[in-house]
Amino acid sequence: MTPATVSKLPTPLLSVRGITLQYKTDRSLVTAVQRASFDVHGEDRFVLLGPSGCGKSTLLKSIAGFLPPVEGEIVLDGAPVAAPGPDRIMVFQEFDQLLPWKTVRENIVFPLVENRVPRRVAVEKADSLLARVGLTKFADAYPHTLSGGMKQRVAIARAMALEPKVLLMDEPFAALDALTRRQMQDELLRLWDEVGFTLLFVTHSIEEAIIVGSRILLLSPHPGRVRAELNVPANLQQGGGEAQSALGRRIHGMLFGEDLGEEFGGDRSWRRVHGHA
Amino acid sequence: MVTLERSPALVERPEYVRPVEQALGDVEISRQLSWPERVFRIDAVRQVSLLILLAAIWQIYAAAVSNPLVIPTFRDTIDALWQGIVDGPILLRAWTSLKLLAIGYAAGIAVATILTLAAISTRLGTDLLSLLTAMFNPLPAIALLPLALLWFGLGEKSLIFVLIHAVLWPLALNAYSGFLGVSTTLRLAGRSFGLKGPRYAFKLLIPAAFPTILTGLKIGWAFAWRTLIAAELVFGVSSGAGGLGWFIYENRNQLEIASVFAGLLTVIVIGLLVESVIFRSIERITVRRWGMQQ
Repeated sequence: MTPATVSKLPTPLLSVRGITLQYKTDRSLVTAVQRASFDVHGEDRFVLLGPSGCGKSTLLKSIAGFLPPVEGEIVLDGAPVAAPGPDRIMVFQEFDQLLPWKTVRENIVFPLVENRVPRRVAVEKADSLLARVGLTKFADAYPHTLSGGMKQRVAIARAMALEPKVLLMDEPFAALDALTRRQMQDELLRLWDEVGFTLLFVTHSIEEAIIVGSRILLLSPHPGRVRAELNVPANLQQGGGEAQSALGRRIHGMLFGEDLGEEFGGDRSWRRVHGHA
Repeated sequence: MVTLERSPALVERPEYVRPVEQALGDVEISRQLSWPERVFRIDAVRQVSLLILLAAIWQIYAAAVSNPLVIPTFRDTIDALWQGIVDGPILLRAWTSLKLLAIGYAAGIAVATILTLAAISTRLGTDLLSLLTAMFNPLPAIALLPLALLWFGLGEKSLIFVLIHAVLWPLALNAYSGFLGVSTTLRLAGRSFGLKGPRYAFKLLIPAAFPTILTGLKIGWAFAWRTLIAAELVFGVSSGAGGLGWFIYENRNQLEIASVFAGLLTVIVIGLLVESVIFRSIERITVRRWGMQQ
């Protein structure tokens, strides 16, 4: 993307400007992300896609405010991100993100009340969101009695209840079985269609990125750097599998091919290596 | 995106689709258990039957020995207990002990809370807690009694000091390890809701670590109870009202061995009640309901 095209666009909702992220282990300092920049606009379904080790989860954690960048800045709606806050709620991959000592309804009510929403309003909101994700019957159940998919639905409902400026999702469906995952992806898209939130979604699955995303940021690993930013045409699924798999092959090539970024298709050696026809 | 080139020679087989009802057939789906099975699944029933068995063994053995100065029979002990409750001072003694225990236990919990909160919020606090628990946890609380008597004199203050010591270390140690065990996901979730400081500790960390905190409370209670009885045995009565330990000591001096056994039995019964009524109920309405303990 050249600066010229950027200047024509409206002010982005979330702007990541040249951030470098490092964390320390007991033995060494690891650079997870190196000078990454990208913009997320309102109602984007922005996907961070890359192989493991490309720092996409670290990037998301930093946007959530858990890890301050050593270089660069993150600007959300005009204000720099400094600490975690309810304007950027994260849905995690792990099923233990719900508070086990609270019922499903109370899990949604709790963060609202903590953020000074009157209890009565919070309960109403929780119930309407539970209806949206089809869990009305389980409002009074404790999380440990729910299946993995249901827990993730509650976590999504809880995040949406807080009406964050951007909803952060860190491989939320990765621990689900394939059938449930497919169903959850469709439900997420349906929710987005109804409510119109801004989504920042991390995944390592090309297929999931194409299904969920409207725009895909490709990251290359060790350390994580921005490789490309691609558009996903709207309603790609309805256009038949061909367009979808063409985009998939293109992304696959960028991630696994050697320097195929610009001249994708020039060197076809990766196809043989990865068993493509 | 791998294209398979090998196509094995498929064996031609017909497809079939079955209506769902057919799958069930006449298999037994669910059945109510027979009443002995159901009764025996109740914890209390099993435990009470064991108690009755133990009492029977005691009765038979004591009757065989037939020396009430060494071991009175179960019947004599129960008689002495009944006498002690109806005419004697057992209830009063037990009340004195329990009152003191409650004060010491509460104070121990308070100090443990402060220490653990310091440990989770600062690194120096962590070091302090691990150093202090390493030093004082192995030290029997009762060993501090002579020193306590010197500092606070013969009286409740000394006992409370010793009780705090008995409760504090096991509770602080368990609570701290419980906090360390709270999953990162839950911590991050809490922080992104905007929880900070005491609100974060009381609304997220403490409930999340509650299973281990409860274990600490149980261990602390048992330590405190045995320490208190032992302390009362050592220095006996203070300000006119002795506890159960004093009751046991007094009766031993008067060779009322059945009453000594009655006193011991009271200590045990109170221990059992606290464990199986109070702690069990707390477990049922908290960690078990939340699925944090099976």
